[in-house]
Amino acid sequence: MLGRASSCDVTPAASAVSCVIRSFRGSLSPVGKINNNNSGPGERYLPRKMAAQEVQPSETIAKLKLESETLKTKLEEERAKLHDVELHQVAEKVEPLGQFVMKTRRTLKGHGNKVLCMDWCKDKRRIVSSSQDGKVIVWDAFTTNKEHAVTMPCTWVMACAYAPSGCAVACGGLDNKCSVYPLSLDKNENLAAKKKSVAMHTNYLSACSFTNSDMQILTSSGDGTCALWDVESGQLLQSFHGHAADVLCLDLAPSETGNTFVSGGCDKKANVWDMRTGQCIQSFETHESDINSVRYYPSGDAFASGSDDATCRLYDLRADREVAIYSKESIIFGASSVDFSLSGRLLFGGYNDYTINVWDVLKGTRVAILFGHENRVSTLRVSPDGTAFCSGSWDHTLRVWA
Amino acid sequence: LPLIAKMARDMTDKDILKMELEQLQKEVSTHRTAVSICYSIQPCKDPFLSAEDPLIKGVPEDKNPFKEKGGCIIS
Repeated sequence: MLGRASSCDVTPAASAVSCVIRSFRGSLSPVGKINNNNSGPGERYLPRKMAAQEVQPSETIAKLKLESETLKTKLEEERAKLHDVELHQVAEKVEPLGQFVMKTRRTLKGHGNKVLCMDWCKDKRRIVSSSQDGKVIVWDAFTTNKEHAVTMPCTWVMACAYAPSGCAVACGGLDNKCSVYPLSLDKNENLAAKKKSVAMHTNYLSACSFTNSDMQILTSSGDGTCALWDVESGQLLQSFHGHAADVLCLDLAPSETGNTFVSGGCDKKANVWDMRTGQCIQSFETHESDINSVRYYPSGDAFASGSDDATCRLYDLRADREVAIYSKESIIFGASSVDFSLSGRLLFGGYNDYTINVWDVLKGTRVAILFGHENRVSTLRVSPDGTAFCSGSWDHTLRVWA
Repeated sequence: LPLIAKMARDMTDKDILKMELEQLQKEVSTHRTAVSICYSIQPCKDPFLSAEDPLIKGVPEDKNPFKEKGGCIIS
């Protein structure tokens, strides 16, 4: 089942592969994509340990549900009061964007299987990528040379991140851990020997990110939690509970905005967290399916999300609501990965139909479609200085576009 | 063992509901700003600085290392 993905899958056969992936989301979850259409906060994606469940008088649960629904309605009313204008209406005054010429400038070949994740180094030229085959590769994107390669003890390395110093990378996946590998200048040195295990979750690692320094890592996991770890000691500094199912993605707020981050999950929620207290400050539930990717707008006042419901959305933290949906009837496959251009005017979305759609964030329109990958786009990041962006795909390659 | 409290999958329906209720109670009193104020755009300047965005304004071939492959890069 985890064999070579057919590169010709354009059809719902792709969803068959998706079923395989989803079966890893929680070792107890049934195979096959579950449409979480059930109403009520009690319905969840993963089955629970039945033994732990007390005998509950049904009226207590019903009462809780009712209170929950009442509050949700009140919350929507409060939010609606301030929804006095649509973003694209305000954006009518803004100059339209011109024509775009963006094409693949580099193709990075070397992975033996699906590329699942990538990250840029702050030097704007190096890239780390990780793959289903267990390999983590560091590339020089200017020359396309591979500088380092590590073989992880597990397959499906779903997360990787470059340290701010450029001297280490973090990665993990089905091993339920996040490990840090210092990068050696000596090409012959075995990187695996210096590996440091930092995070330990009870299910797969879906995403990881260093904070402002090499000293702390933030992780998200199929176990439904996010966590902040001290790299040196491996100590858990803070854990974040609130998602009702697998957490698939996270992004740290730009440092000027303070200590918060956003996470997205299989419960269709995007949660904004206070890193110091572990509290969820704001929560958004407008997507109709799993949220695969979240990314802060450059100012830190908003964030974008990409979902299996084939839309990307923009949520404003000051207005506490969704302010834009980026969708088209012709786009029916999920968005796996999103990122903003330097100014935040463009939103790049990588999709499961192999394309990259480029959106005008303010006006809500699509300004370009980029073709090139021969399978799902699984990961996408704009370079630190905004001159290019990189996409990774199930077609085993990464592409740098400019 | 990590110091992680109960995961969602180990919680009862009632616990999950209580958790969601607590969170909703907090959020109802969140401070909010009108969308029009969040996005008030001054007519004279480009607040989003899209003019300075390399992927929007473009970078001349000789300045962007990704545009030209080959040749020597002196670092």
